[in-house]
Parts: sequence; C-alpha cells; structure tokens
Amino acid sequence: MAKKALKKKALPAKAANGHDTQHAVEQFLFRQAEVLDGKRWQDYIDLFSDDGVYWMPASPEQTTWDGTPAIFAEDKNLMTVRMKRVQHPDAWSQRPLWGTNHIVGNVMIEKTAPNGDLVVRSRFHMMELRRDATRHFAGSYLHHLKKTPGGYRIRLQRVDMVNAQAPYDYVLQVWV
Amino acid sequence: MLQQHTPNPAELVEPDRVHKAVYTDPQLFDLEMERIHERVWIYCGHETQVKKPGDYYTVQVGRQPMIMVRDAGGRVNVLYNRCPHRGSMICGDVHGNTGEAFRCSYHAWTFHHDGKLKTIPMMEAGYAGTNWTRDNPDCNMKQAARVENYRGFVFASLAADGPGLLEFLGPSKIAFDDICDRAPEGEVEVVPNCFRVIQNSNWKIFLENQLDALHPSVTHQSTGRAAHEVEKMIEKRTGKAPLAYHMLSAFATVTIDKWDNFQTLNYPHGHCILTGYMGLRPQDPDTLAYEKTLTKAYGAKRMEEILSTNIHHVLIYPGLSLQSPLQQLRAVRPLGLNRTLTEIWHFRLKGAPEPIYRRSLAYYNLVNSPSTMVNADDLENFWKIQVGLSGDGGDWVSFARHYGRDIENNGVVETAAGMGTSEAPMRNQMKAWAQYMTAGN
Ligand code: FES
Ligand SMILES: [Fe+2]
Repeated sequence: MAKKALKKKALPAKAANGHDTQHAVEQFLFRQAEVLDGKRWQDYIDLFSDDGVYWMPASPEQTTWDGTPAIFAEDKNLMTVRMKRVQHPDAWSQRPLWGTNHIVGNVMIEKTAPNGDLVVRSRFHMMELRRDATRHFAGSYLHHLKKTPGGYRIRLQRVDMVNAQAPYDYVLQVWV
Repeated sequence: MLQQHTPNPAELVEPDRVHKAVYTDPQLFDLEMERIHERVWIYCGHETQVKKPGDYYTVQVGRQPMIMVRDAGGRVNVLYNRCPHRGSMICGDVHGNTGEAFRCSYHAWTFHHDGKLKTIPMMEAGYAGTNWTRDNPDCNMKQAARVENYRGFVFASLAADGPGLLEFLGPSKIAFDDICDRAPEGEVEVVPNCFRVIQNSNWKIFLENQLDALHPSVTHQSTGRAAHEVEKMIEKRTGKAPLAYHMLSAFATVTIDKWDNFQTLNYPHGHCILTGYMGLRPQDPDTLAYEKTLTKAYGAKRMEEILSTNIHHVLIYPGLSLQSPLQQLRAVRPLGLNRTLTEIWHFRLKGAPEPIYRRSLAYYNLVNSPSTMVNADDLENFWKIQVGLSGDGGDWVSFARHYGRDIENNGVVETAAGMGTSEAPMRNQMKAWAQYMTAGN
C-alpha cells in the first residue's frame, strides 16, 4: 500500500524535475571521466557503492558478470588491488609516460525507480597515449546508479567496447 | 645460397648462450617457420570448439591460414584456408558454422568438410576436355599432412614425415592427462571465449619466460604486494579472503630466494615442466566436495595421485603453454619477427562442482584477460628485450645460470635441488631449436 502511494507521488515529481535529473546524471558521468583521466584512483573507486561492481564483459551477449569470462569484473576490493598496483613504484609497465582522455555523451536515462535510483546509458570514446603510441577505445556505458544523500553511487557499471573482441596490442591497465 | 644470406643456425647456439640474431634476423624467422612451425605438431584447438558438423575455427599454423572443422562423421579435419580454384580464402570469419559444405565466395565452388570438391557451377560444360575432373586432387581444398587428437586436444603437422604426436610430446603429454584426469568425467570442455593479446616481441621470448622461475618476484612485485595488502585487509574484516587473492599475492609472498626450491624438468624437443608453487589444495568445503566427487569416479588412491600431481605449467615447444591445475591454455602464434599473437582459453572440468570452475575463471579473468595485472609487466619486458636486442650493445644472450649443475637422466634434464632458477629450460629450448634448424642441412 505504502509503495503504491509513493509511486503516485513520485511520478509528477519526476516529470517536473526530469530535466534536473538529466543534468545531474550528466554531471556525474562527466565527473567520473574527469577523475579517471586525472588518475585520481581512490576518488574513482569512491564513486562506487559498497556493493558496486565494475564490469567489462568478454562478449556483448553476456547478461551477468557472475560466473562468466570477463575482461574486468571487479568489486571495490579488486579495484583497490588495481589501484595499489598502478601506484607501486615497481609497476614497471606503468612507469613510462601514459595518459587517457575520455569523452562521454549520448546520455539517456533508461529507467527511473521511485526511490530515485537510475539506469543510464551513454557512449564514450577514450584515447590513450602510452610511450609513443596512441590507442583508441570506444563503446557504451550502462550505469546502475543508486541515489544517496551524498549523491549518486555506482552499483554496476557495464562497459561494452566495440573493439573488445579485437586482439589487444598490449593490454588494458586501468578502468576504461 | 642459404649460407650467404642467412646466419648459420648451428653457429648461433652455444651450450650456455645464444646469438641475438635468433631473435632479430628476418631470414632466420622465415627459416624457423619452414623448419619448425610448419613441420612439428602445432596445437590447433580443442575439439569442443567445434561441436557440431560444419562448425569451424580458423587458426594460423606457421605462416599458413588453416581451418579446423568438424565433419558429419564426427572427425575433426584441418584444412588450408584456400580455394583450389583461384586461391581465395574460404572462411573469412574467425569461427562459425559452414553448413553442409564450404562455399567459396568468389565463384561458388563447394567443398565437403574434409576438403573434397563437392560442386563447381556448370562443371561438365565448363571443364570438358580439361584435367580438372572430380577425381583430380587439385580440385580439393588441401588437408594438413597429419592431424592427431590427444584427449580432445587437436594438433596438426604440415609435414608428412616426423614423429607421431605422442612420440613428439613424450613426457609432456602429462599436461593433457593432468587437466583431463582432474575432471571426474575424465574430459574437459572449452569455455567458448578466446582472449587474444599481441606481444611486440619474438615468439621465443615468451616461451623462455614461461619457465623462468627467477622473474616472478621481480616482474610481478607490484601486483603481488597490492594483492597481499588487500588480502590481509579482507582477512582482518571477514576472516578469509577468496583464493583469487592468493593467486596474485604469491608473486610477492614467494620471495626471490624461494624460487630456487622449485624445479624444472626439461624434455626432448624443447618441452618443459615447472613444478607447482601456489599450493592450490586448500581444505575448504568446496575442495572437499570436489575430492569426494573425484573419489567416487576414480577411487581414493587414484584421487590422491591426481591431486598431488606437482605441476605449475607445462610448455610444449614451440607454441603451447598449458597450466593444467587451473585449466588455462595459451597458444602462441608467431605473426612476424617481432609480433606474436597469444590465444588464451580456459576449460571446465566435466563433472566437477561449480566452485572449482570458479577458481579457474578467477585466474582467467585476473591473470590472463586483456586487463591482466600480471602479464602486463611480462609484455613490457618482452618488448624491452626485443628493442634491447636489436641494438649493437652485445651479440650474445646468456643462459648460464646454474649451467653445468643440472642433472641429466635418460634424456631428461632436471634442475638440481635448490637450483630451480637454473636457465635449463632456455638451454633446452635452444637445443631443440638448433636441432630443428639444422636438420637436413
Ligand atoms: S576462387 Fe574459389 S571459386 Fe573461384
Ligand atoms: Fe611473468
């Protein structure tokens, strides 16, 4: 009963401030890209909820990260391993100059839950420089966002790269 | 002719060092393809990659584009990916199902799954009076000279002569026995996903690294440390960290001085085994349940034997690395002098409980995927080696560590106790290399 009442209330509210939600979500995604390109690893991890997962499927047909091959399937603990590794002075492959640049766009809110949680789809293009070589990765993000008093937190980020199936000239070292 | 343009392979390999030309000379690379990769047994794929008739997977053997295909009779054939008419490639996709026959996209010649010609459009009228008749073998897609399958693992040799597959594998066949025997049903099934990663280095550099017991604690220090820190953090919070952390932290907890405790066993033809170091037989409920299933299938004694097989991984020269206890397989395909493709697969043990598969999956995702925190630093080393060797800073590469101290027994070279970091595997590989390269000279 209570649920029903909530829904009724939530609907007009969403219509009224739909634009604000779009704006807030875009800001969130842009900020995530900014944090990533700025190599602020801990800030990046903090954007995830405690049960959050960063997932890059091995193939586009996959529907869950659990129990299937994945290019990334990391909870916050594994993300912390990755962060600590990249920061370690003896991460030999990470010492030479490298950097990334993300552009995020085509942001579409796919689902809005009564409690404000969202499912958001977007597209990205990432250019990476490693030593003297440039690589490009592009694809789509699917964010399951949880609304918290401190702002959105990522419960699940699914990353489908269009070139995920192509052979990798070298490998991926941090999240895309 | 040959001697004028190509360095003489016999002069490049000494017992404890090799000349850098073996990694940097383009003519030697061509000779390697001719005398090694296009002669010896090369792994094509697992038969469960092609389950139904018409299922195919393309694969590179030496410089040759090939097709592995299942026929209606259940046999797995390996064919050259070339149309006998005007030479077009038959399969343009990496894998798929070709239906009842292969059909060339240029003029629609069709072929059975064993490569035999099926139809040519208007053949009678078009070829009357020529020798292009149905019984002319020139009308067929060419088959690999020899194909053999050991416990589901399909190999091809492009040379009609030479040792059979089992003779070639010798004691290294234990890799396939170990991976299959760990399955209660005695078989494995491929997980249909292949990660493909390019190495910007010569193919031999990867193979030499596979059994290099001195490098892990140096090269993989950062990941080992990071994983160990988080592992301890989780243990503090919940009492127990997932096994995946142990797989990574072992790189730091097994310090450089401990690697001499392991052993490599080096066999004819360049094959080699590195004994286990990860201690993957914890006594948790999942492992115990698995042991129970195995005991039911094989009896207690055999179960013990199977699970105490002491292997980290097995290298089958010149292009396959099999990590049987974790069901990982890496096939190495040289694409050029300093460009090498690795194809990375993992397997399910048929009949084993799901949590055992999850271990293999965790290793596949963390260590062998394109986001690997381990191989990333190996690849960096391989590239640096390739660049280092192309300069004039020195002519020789040293494999002298613990040279003269290995123990030789019936053609098997074992590293001596406390000398596991011996560069015996590299010496053994280069010995095989020199034998192949000088055969028939
Ligand atoms: S090239 Fe294949 S049918 Fe002509
Ligand atoms: Fe390594």
